[in-house]
Amino acid sequence: MTAPPVDRVPRRPPSSSTLSRRERERRATGGGARRSAPAALLVPAVVAIAFLVIPLAGLLLRAPWGDAWTILHGSQAGEALKLSLWTSTVATAISLVVGVPLAWLLARTEFPGLRLVRALVTLPLVLPPVVGGVALLLAFGRNGFLGQYLDQWFGITIPFSPAAVVMAETFVAMPFLVVTVEGALRSADRGFEEAAATLGAPRMVVFRRVTLPLVAPSLVAGAVLCWARALGEFGATITFAGSFPGRTQTMPIAVYYALETDPDAAILLSLVLLLVSVVVLVALRDRWLRGGAVG
Amino acid sequence: MRRIALVTLAGLLGLGLAACGSDSGSGTGTAAASSASTSPSISGDLTVLAAASLTESFTTLGQQFEAAHPGVTVTFGFAASSALVSQITSGAPADVFASASTKNMDTVVAAGAAADPTVFAENTMEIAVPPSNPGTVTGLDSLASSAVTTALCQPQVPCGAAAEKVFSNAGVTVKPVTLEPDVKSVLSKVQLGEVDAGVVYVTDVLAAGDKVVGVEIPADVNASTSYPIAALTRSSNAAAAAAFVDYVLSPAGATVLTAAGFQQP
Repeated sequence: MTAPPVDRVPRRPPSSSTLSRRERERRATGGGARRSAPAALLVPAVVAIAFLVIPLAGLLLRAPWGDAWTILHGSQAGEALKLSLWTSTVATAISLVVGVPLAWLLARTEFPGLRLVRALVTLPLVLPPVVGGVALLLAFGRNGFLGQYLDQWFGITIPFSPAAVVMAETFVAMPFLVVTVEGALRSADRGFEEAAATLGAPRMVVFRRVTLPLVAPSLVAGAVLCWARALGEFGATITFAGSFPGRTQTMPIAVYYALETDPDAAILLSLVLLLVSVVVLVALRDRWLRGGAVG
Repeated sequence: MRRIALVTLAGLLGLGLAACGSDSGSGTGTAAASSASTSPSISGDLTVLAAASLTESFTTLGQQFEAAHPGVTVTFGFAASSALVSQITSGAPADVFASASTKNMDTVVAAGAAADPTVFAENTMEIAVPPSNPGTVTGLDSLASSAVTTALCQPQVPCGAAAEKVFSNAGVTVKPVTLEPDVKSVLSKVQLGEVDAGVVYVTDVLAAGDKVVGVEIPADVNASTSYPIAALTRSSNAAAAAAFVDYVLSPAGATVLTAAGFQQP
């Protein structure tokens, strides 16, 4: 996952509101009539489509539609879904509160070691999540270098609690938000901010009233991306938070275990997650399905 | 120029796919060659899927087996028996399955993936605690206390099923903080000191050396589990698979297993 491409041109050309979507797409793809694709590109492209779509078809074909309700009701799906939804929402909220200021810091300030900081905070994007889980355990676990003091001084142990689920999800998902918002901040028109500052607005007012509204679309996209990543978190969660139904067993972990005991339930739980993902994609359709204009 | 680059990229992707294909192709090729071979000596690759609790003993057995049969390379996949069952029934390429309970083996046999399993070992449960014993665990009753954090295996994993049986035998109610995917995960949570206690096999406490301390479970409430082994019907190296099963059942195999703390059936 690399930083989303940053569009150098203003996001909405003044005329765009008067053009139909089809017309905009036509212009975006270069204007001319679409030519047929050469076989050397078409064949691998079709292989790619098949590879990405066939597994989803597998889920739909094997789903025990008739018993869906009883299976979902009988399994621990409800508990797991509830836990997954609220923990990933809290993880996203935390990411917004601390991640947006971090994105601003990375995009708008200069300080020694800036590049190192950026590399470190985006590392979880490429780090295998299970490694993140081990790292969290060694830092915040009961014998971790910070966790031992939490335990001794305050009697707080984080692992195996919903708080650990939220921490694991935040660790893995926040960089998605930071990278998205930082990219938007870099490409945003600085003129408005400068104008506001010239007119005497304090820096925090400029940030709240000018900068944030300017990058609002990317903020939403980053938050949804972050939420979806948190919802799907598995490796760091099972390592750091363990797995206990209703307390730390999130949907992906429930799917993993259900596959061993009740494959039908695993298929249905997967479909529930697929449905949630489709809803997310539809919510972001203007950004992703239009192509190119991710910011 | 750009067009050429794209075509090259597509070509590389194609090559990648072809390489993936030829990989599995060569596997079946070797298999066909080895099964067609009439020579009594065995060779080739052997994949053994075994319960996590067999990690140490089977690794030793594998090395001895390779020494006895030069030309055979044994590869192990260690995981929860329940996880291995779903791998096998989904068609994972493997030659031998050794389960930590007859129930999981029965599922494989019922699916037609194995036949005639033989029980080669028995195991019993023990409480593992960190060397400092932070929860001052003295027996099963300690685990019922809410102040003691306990890790167990998932109920479908043999070690989880056995732990449940121990608790019901002893009439204690234990509320674990986590249900781990396999017995080695329980053991590592104990080793890291993240839990006060874990219920694992006697053999795991022995294998962990001084990293954990065992607290015995009285024999009258303890639960035992049987380890069956079988060659898989879809094995691509049936001769080597049969030889490995025979080796585990041989006196040499029994020696290794007994040294690791297993009991003979």
